[in-house]
Amino acid sequence: MKNSILSLQKKTRGAAPVQEPFAPDPADTSALHVRDLTVAYYRKPVLWDVDLDVPHAVVAGIVGPNGAGKSTLIKAILDLVPHTSGTVKIFGQPYRRQRRRVGYVPQRESVDWEYPITALELVAMGLYRKIGWFRPVGQAYRKQALEALADVGMADLAHRQISRLSGGQQQRIFLARALVQDAEVYFMDEPFAGVDASTEKAIIEILQRLRADGKTVFVVHHDLETVRQYFDYLIMLNMRIVAAGPVSDVFTSENLRRTYGGRLTLLDRAVDAIGRTPE
Amino acid sequence: MIWTMLDTWIVVAAVLAGATCALVGSFLVLKKVSMMGDAISHSVLPGIAVAFIVTGTRSGTAMFVGAAVVGVLTAVLVHAINYYSRLEEGASMGVVFTVLFAIGLILIEQAARHVDIHPEHVLFGAVELVPLHLVQVFGFAVPRGVLMLLVVFAIDLSVIALFFKELRLATFDPELATTLGIHATYIHYMLMVLVALTTVAAFEVVGSILVIAMLIVPGATAWLLTRRLLPFLVVSVGVAVAAAVLGHIAAITVPPLFGYVDTSTAGSMATVLGCIFFVAMFCAPEQGIIARGFDVVRLRLSIGTQDVLGLLARAAERPGTDAGRLSASDLRTLRRSPFAARRVKLAAILGLLRMKGLIALRNGSYEMTVRGKEQGRQILRSHRLWERYFYDDGNVDMSELHPAADVLEHYTSARLGDDLSERFAGEYSDPQGRPIPDKE
Repeated sequence: MKNSILSLQKKTRGAAPVQEPFAPDPADTSALHVRDLTVAYYRKPVLWDVDLDVPHAVVAGIVGPNGAGKSTLIKAILDLVPHTSGTVKIFGQPYRRQRRRVGYVPQRESVDWEYPITALELVAMGLYRKIGWFRPVGQAYRKQALEALADVGMADLAHRQISRLSGGQQQRIFLARALVQDAEVYFMDEPFAGVDASTEKAIIEILQRLRADGKTVFVVHHDLETVRQYFDYLIMLNMRIVAAGPVSDVFTSENLRRTYGGRLTLLDRAVDAIGRTPE
Repeated sequence: MIWTMLDTWIVVAAVLAGATCALVGSFLVLKKVSMMGDAISHSVLPGIAVAFIVTGTRSGTAMFVGAAVVGVLTAVLVHAINYYSRLEEGASMGVVFTVLFAIGLILIEQAARHVDIHPEHVLFGAVELVPLHLVQVFGFAVPRGVLMLLVVFAIDLSVIALFFKELRLATFDPELATTLGIHATYIHYMLMVLVALTTVAAFEVVGSILVIAMLIVPGATAWLLTRRLLPFLVVSVGVAVAAAVLGHIAAITVPPLFGYVDTSTAGSMATVLGCIFFVAMFCAPEQGIIARGFDVVRLRLSIGTQDVLGLLARAAERPGTDAGRLSASDLRTLRRSPFAARRVKLAAILGLLRMKGLIALRNGSYEMTVRGKEQGRQILRSHRLWERYFYDDGNVDMSELHPAADVLEHYTSARLGDDLSERFAGEYSDPQGRPIPDKE
């Protein structure tokens, strides 16, 4: 049923389009620029007045306690949740115009792993924008997806149904899907959650390679012990930005206490008051 | 049973209705919004009624436009109520579709005075009347209902073929779809329009209540049978087509067997669908209840046989003339592994082992054959390596070593075994000083 319509496009199916080389404007080196970003669910703020200026070619960790708004920050940047106010710029341009330069790895639990697709088909999803509307996933693109699978050590499981993969393997193909997007800036939501040691190592190697290639990667992270080892830039978040900067500068016990330790109680009460309907 | 031209048209209409619903409904099942099909199939009613009242006829085009508009409206309203009231989605749907449906019923009651339309036909369908309304197409007399279904089937098929990739992504991972510029919300609305058109076309055949069976049950059956998308759609449509044909045959043959007049085709179609679903639930090759039960029995048997071989291998280490020989009553003392339920009889295990040529019965006691000895040694090896591992690396108390190793020895793959061997290369005894058999 696919072929009848799609055979028309055979001619264009062969070669993947050539990527135009991307060089960030040297005058504007900030890969991500966020100003006054506020997100509220039903009036109650989840993120408040977030300002960020993150240089390119860094691996940036985003840490903070549960409910600090780490995932929300990523989703607000990617326009997946509406923000009440604020601007987001990627390499000096609004996100909407930079979509193809941005890759996203959602939380593993955000999708249904029983869905009837194979690892290869899942990875090829990262190429859908390049392939364009209405066209099937051609041979050249399948090859590209297969290479990305090999990159994360999953080539021999390419045709396995995704529910038959372990948690670590699922995370790897999620990563492979982001790699084929060939983006400049990546946002990864807890890629280390529930993975085995060898997958963690594989992910780290990929992050380092991306940085070496001049890419910028944002990683929502939970394990404070590995922060120094994995990241060179750190965003410490607890509804507001507590600190952001090179890990060596901001990863201090004082900032940790302010991020994780007792919340500012007066501020908490103010937040609650905003969420309540005035009497 | 007398098969007439009427029956042929009824089956054609039922097949088309089933296939169309199954095709679109599959995506509802995949997206886990099956009940959206329920909601839309009810809420399109006011759309149809308004189309009747405005145009004064049962014009197909007006009905489709009305249905599509209300279909999207339903999706938007459900989302809005969900967002602003913080109700769960089921409750939002319940509010939206029942209210719209009620409005539709009232409108149709009123319209029925002017237009030839009966509320009960909307509810339960009237496939038996389909062949009575004929229209001319290229010189052929075709029932109007069949024509409508054909048109909608063609629309559904081409939209799904065109947007196959986008539908797959938006139903699997809407967030990624949106970041890639494939707006999952719009794809969702597109799907809802298809559902609305489909339910309207299928109304005449199956009615607004049974249409839900056609939308959901084929997809639910395919879910049990396959984990690939294209086969999923094929199975789904195939199930619906089979149910349509069998349903009509059953409707005109089964009741007369018991001395009654024939029954509603739509009703028996839905019943047949239900039967196919339950057969699949029991007989599906991998996820079926029978297949899973089989798996459990096979696992129990395999653990049981390994336990017996292990016991015989231990007996073989004893000095003396009867080394490696155990009577059936000796074997009965076997402390069964907790994973091998007692329900598997020792006799079955011994029978299986003899059938495989791993043990032999000589003078009333069992002993391992050459091949049996090989396997028994491997089990002993894996057991003692695990004990070594827990003792050396896990700091586990001596008394707890055996039960833990007893479980794990049954789950040690060749590769895991190799890794264990590598860890304990040069180690020749378990913590109690018993020898670890060599690999070869």
